[in-house]
Amino acid sequence: MAIDVDTVRKVANLAQIREPEERLASLAAELSGILQWIEQLGEVDTDGVEPMTSAVAVALPMREDVVTEGGATGDILANAPKSRDGFFVVPKVVE
Amino acid sequence: MSALTGLTLTAAVEGLRKRAFSAREIAQAHQEAIAAARPLNAYVLETPERALEMAAVSDERLARGEGGPLEGAPIGIKDLFCTRGVRSTAGSQILGNFVPTYESTVTANLWRDGAVMLGKLNMDEFAMGSSNETSAFGPVINPWRSSGSNRALSPGGSSGGSATAVASDIALAATATDTGGSIRQPASLTGTVGVKPTYGRCSRWGVVAFASSLDQAGPIAKSVADAALLLRSMSGHDPKDSTSIPAEVPDFPAFVGKSVKGLRIGVPKEYRVDGMPAEIDALWTRGVEWLREAGCEIVEVSLPHTKYALPAYYIIAPAEASSNLARYDGMRYGLRVEGQSLSDVYQLTRATGFGDEVKRRVLIGTYVLSAGYYDAYYLKALKVRRRIADDFEQAFGKVDALLTPTAPSAAFGLGEASGDPIAMYLNDIFTVTVNLAGLPGISVPGGLDAKGLPLGLQLIGRALDEGTLFSLAGALEKAAAFKARPERWW
Repeated sequence: MAIDVDTVRKVANLAQIREPEERLASLAAELSGILQWIEQLGEVDTDGVEPMTSAVAVALPMREDVVTEGGATGDILANAPKSRDGFFVVPKVVE
Repeated sequence: MSALTGLTLTAAVEGLRKRAFSAREIAQAHQEAIAAARPLNAYVLETPERALEMAAVSDERLARGEGGPLEGAPIGIKDLFCTRGVRSTAGSQILGNFVPTYESTVTANLWRDGAVMLGKLNMDEFAMGSSNETSAFGPVINPWRSSGSNRALSPGGSSGGSATAVASDIALAATATDTGGSIRQPASLTGTVGVKPTYGRCSRWGVVAFASSLDQAGPIAKSVADAALLLRSMSGHDPKDSTSIPAEVPDFPAFVGKSVKGLRIGVPKEYRVDGMPAEIDALWTRGVEWLREAGCEIVEVSLPHTKYALPAYYIIAPAEASSNLARYDGMRYGLRVEGQSLSDVYQLTRATGFGDEVKRRVLIGTYVLSAGYYDAYYLKALKVRRRIADDFEQAFGKVDALLTPTAPSAAFGLGEASGDPIAMYLNDIFTVTVNLAGLPGISVPGGLDAKGLPLGLQLIGRALDEGTLFSLAGALEKAAAFKARPERWW
C-alpha cells in the first residue's frame, strides 16, 4: 500500500518525531517503497498458523513479588539531563 | 606491529598463563596498534587507563596462579553493551554522553573470567544497518581493500567496529550482537569468525535493545577456537533476562577439532538466489566438498519460506524497535532538546537524536502497529515467522546442520548501497532467517574473491547445538586453510 504525506505526518506524530514539512514527501516515497516490498508476504498461506510470539518455546519464569533492589537514587539520576533534590526535572505538563 | 597483537586469543591466554609475557605488555601492544589504526575508526572510545588497571589485576592473579579462562586478554566491546563508568552510546547521538551505572551481564561475565577492556567499538546506530554507515561517529573502514585499489570499503554492519578491530589486530577478539546478521555479515566481509548463538544463550541484560525477540550477543574472533573460547565466557543463564535459557554452558572449545564424520549437512536450495556472484556460489560448492571429504553426508533440503524472511523481519524488527526506542524521550537520560511544550521536547529530542535509518524504522514500526494495520502487517509477519521456524524444524529432522553462504557479496564501497534501503536490507538475506527461528549460526572465512576480498560460509545449527557448529566450523577452517591477512595501509 502506498502511504501519503498525511499518513506520514500522523505516524511521525504518533512516534513523537518532528519531521519538517519538506521531508514528508520523500519519506512517504521511501516508506511506500519498503511497504510495497513487504507486501509479498500476502503470497504466504498462513491460515490456521499460530503467530510466533517468542523465539524460544519456554514459559516465562516467575519469581517472588518482592523488592530486590532499591535505594539507588543517585545511580538512577546520574544521567538525567536535569534533576533536583532527588527528582527528575521535566518540562511543565499542567498549565 | 608487535608480535603480541598478531596472536590468537587462545595462544595469548596460553602465553599469559605461562607468563611468557605480561597482561600489561599485551595491553600496551594493543594500545599502540589502536593508536596507529585510528584511520579505521573502529573504536568510538579507547579506555587505556581502564585497560592498564585491569591488566595489573590480571598480572597479580596470574602471578598467584589464579587466572580465569581469559585472564589478561585484551578485547574490544561493541558500544551496544553497557559498561559501568564508561560511556555507552549504541552509535547514537540520542544517548549522547550516557555513562551507565551498571554493567551488562555479558561484559560482567568477561571481566569475571579475566578479560581486559581496550575500549568501545563503533557500530551502526542502535545496530540498525549493514554497512556501519548509520553510526553517529561515522563509518568504520574495512582493513581489506580490493587488490590494486585504495577505495574505502565497508566492513559490513552493524558490528563493523568489532569485525574491523579483530581483522586488523587491534583487539584479540570482540563482543558483537546480531539481530538480523550483524555478527555474521561483518565477519564474512572481514575474514573473521562470527557466532550468533541460540536466542537466550547470552543474556540481553544491559545490552541496548533494538528488537528484543531477535537480539543476541556473540563473539567475533580470529579463529573458530577463539570464538568458542569467548562465547563460553559470554554465555550463561541470567535471572535478569526473562528470555535467558536456563541451560548449562557446554565447554565450547572442546568441540573444535572433534571429528564430524557421519554428520548430515543440509544444503538449502532456496539460498541459491538470482544475481548471486558466481564466486560465492563456487565457494559454497567448495564448502560442501570440504565437509564431504571430512566424512559428512550431504543432503539437499528445502526451506520454502526463505524469500519471505526479510520482509517479515522488516515488520517485526521495526515494530519492536519502535516500542523499545520509545524510552528515548529526553527526560531521564541522554539528549534533551528544549522546546515550548512537553510534546515539543519529545519531538525535537527524537528528531535531533535519531539518525535517518533509525527514524525510518521507528516510523515503519509505528505504522505497522497502528490501529487498522496491526493484523495485516504485524500479525501476518508473526505467522510467516512461524512458517520459517517450521521450515528449519523439518530440515533438522533430516540433517544435523545447514551450510550456506554468509552474505550475498564481498565487501562493498562506502556509499554504494546507502541510498537504497532495500538494497542494504538484502545484505542479510542468508542470515536473517536464523534470527527469526532463534537458531545458532556461525560464519567462517572460506576464501578470497578475484579482487582479493574475503568471503564467508555460514553453518546453521539446531537450538542449543552450538557444539556441533563449532566442530563443523573447525573442519571448514582446517580445509579452507584461510591464512590471508589485509595488507596494512593505515
